[in-house]
Amino acid sequence: MSQTLNLEKEQYLALYRQMLEIRRTEEQLAKSHQAGLIPGACHTYVGEEAIATGVCAHLTPDDAVFSTHRGHGHALAKGVPPKEVIAELFGRATGVSRGRGGSMHLFSPEVGLMGTSGIVGPCILQATGAGYSSKLLDNGTVGVAFFGDGASNNGAFHEGLNLAAIWDLPVIFVCENNMYATEVAFSYATRNTEVAERAKTYGMNACAVDGNDVLAVYRAAGEAVSRARAGYGPTLIEGKTYRTRAHAEGMRDAGYRTADELDAWKQRDPISNYRSKLLTLGVASDSDFDHIEAEVKSLIDDALEFAKNSPYPDPTTAAEFIFST
Amino acid sequence: MREITFTTAAREALDEEMERQPNIFVVGEGIGARGGNFNTTLGLYEKYGPMRLRDTPIVERGFVGMCAGAAMTGSRPVVDFMFFDFILDSVGELVNQIAKMQYMSSGRLKMPLVLRGCIGIGGASATHHSGNYYPIFVHLPGIKVVLPSNPYDAKGLFKTALRGDDPVLFLEHKSLLNSKGDVPEEEYCIPFGQAAIVREGRHATVVAIGSMVRKTIEACDALAKENISVEIIDPRTLAPLDISTILQSVHKTGRLLIVDETFAPCGIGAEIAAQVMALGFDDLDAPVQRLNGLHTPTPYSPVLEAAVIPNADQVLQSIRDLLAE
Repeated sequence: MSQTLNLEKEQYLALYRQMLEIRRTEEQLAKSHQAGLIPGACHTYVGEEAIATGVCAHLTPDDAVFSTHRGHGHALAKGVPPKEVIAELFGRATGVSRGRGGSMHLFSPEVGLMGTSGIVGPCILQATGAGYSSKLLDNGTVGVAFFGDGASNNGAFHEGLNLAAIWDLPVIFVCENNMYATEVAFSYATRNTEVAERAKTYGMNACAVDGNDVLAVYRAAGEAVSRARAGYGPTLIEGKTYRTRAHAEGMRDAGYRTADELDAWKQRDPISNYRSKLLTLGVASDSDFDHIEAEVKSLIDDALEFAKNSPYPDPTTAAEFIFST
Repeated sequence: MREITFTTAAREALDEEMERQPNIFVVGEGIGARGGNFNTTLGLYEKYGPMRLRDTPIVERGFVGMCAGAAMTGSRPVVDFMFFDFILDSVGELVNQIAKMQYMSSGRLKMPLVLRGCIGIGGASATHHSGNYYPIFVHLPGIKVVLPSNPYDAKGLFKTALRGDDPVLFLEHKSLLNSKGDVPEEEYCIPFGQAAIVREGRHATVVAIGSMVRKTIEACDALAKENISVEIIDPRTLAPLDISTILQSVHKTGRLLIVDETFAPCGIGAEIAAQVMALGFDDLDAPVQRLNGLHTPTPYSPVLEAAVIPNADQVLQSIRDLLAE
């Protein structure tokens, strides 16, 4: 695990709290999926919470985040309340996309979540465009793309990184390398599994970090965001991580990875390891964590009730919002 | 009134709107200092600089996806494809992202993005530089499709596209680029969804698309000498389509022919015919007829090329056939 940073206790605990909020939301969504409350897909972020948390801690609501099909964690870390995520997956009018999106299409421009997408790759290009806007409008914002190792084999990755590099755009590319594109191993899909090295070939600043170490991600993202805001162009951060649940809820999770591999990564859980670290360092006490656990539990319990009690969208509105007027 | 070319008229619209809206920028291959392969941006680089006239590598998917992200974050991008055929390399970004973004965000994001390019058959351009493709995009919700047939419409429609908040395809037929027409000095915009009645008539209605307007006028000049009076309608925008002007004309004439350079199957003519049969069946004295180019890739040799697109003689004969029904 990384060195500690010079953060206040509240900042250390805020990172913990954010990761826990994501974990508990995802666990509730998994249960709800099993209970039949989610009519469509559900891709959880369990095991990867440190990356969204460590990156989004540096962002303001004016910074634009673009994400992929596994985007619940990014939405939550960017400031979308859990109740709006859960209600969206339940298909309710109060959902973050008003029931038009579901698991893979979360939109909250009010907090700078400019969208998650069911297609792998476009988020890389759109974040590049947000970087272009920042430079054109001279407003100091950054664009951020979250995507997986699978997207790094897609043309959008190479086109987007190249454009951001040649124009020195303020963009942070965050590759969550969880070793599998759905169920195809990254080691099978490319001769170069080092995504950060691929980025460097485009003349871009890039680094690889332990994606299960929130402080390592936080530090790398802090440097990347500072560089971008100061006009030094884009950075790619590769977070090495692992998805400990199936690709999507309800999917058979076998035949492509071993139980030993899964167990080994569960031992590297980003949340419990961070808690141990803060306890060991004396930064926080068990009662601090108990307090956070209770607060988050209450938040998610309320979010579930909110979602269950929310109305469905009015069917007569199914074709609204296609155009601006 | 002064006469200017189609290209000059469209460039005036772009210049005026770039002057008025500092968040407009243009991307494309050779649209910077060079001024565009078709002079679409001639002189603008000197006036507005590289941030607003951005030469790109040959990465259509990359810069279209980038412009989507820019449009979501406060910019108003214009993509200059040079040849519209090249849009096919970016069609996933257009169809899955740009066209759906306003809907997916329940109207909270806007998509002020204009995609322009030269379409059509002519000049021995061969099959990768002769595409029309607009019926594909008319089929999809969330995209506006504009197809001017003269310099006056080109300027007024382009200005409307540049002032709106929706994705617009602005398609410029290569045979029209150097054609001249009356364009007033004073500013004007032409609203979308308003067809032009190019010529009033009594015996039949011809809806002519884009470059077919001039060929239809030529055919109808010949028929006028025989006291055959044909009403010519130019829809100007295919999405939205002004079906009411067509219906009013058919109410008067009882006969309808649609002339379109591109393919018949699932095309604009099929759509207009279906709508007229549904909404104006009692007005029809004869089956609705279509005249289209051949359903084939575009050949190179001028004699083959001429054989795949409707000419004025064929328009004339089709009108005679319709009147004989």
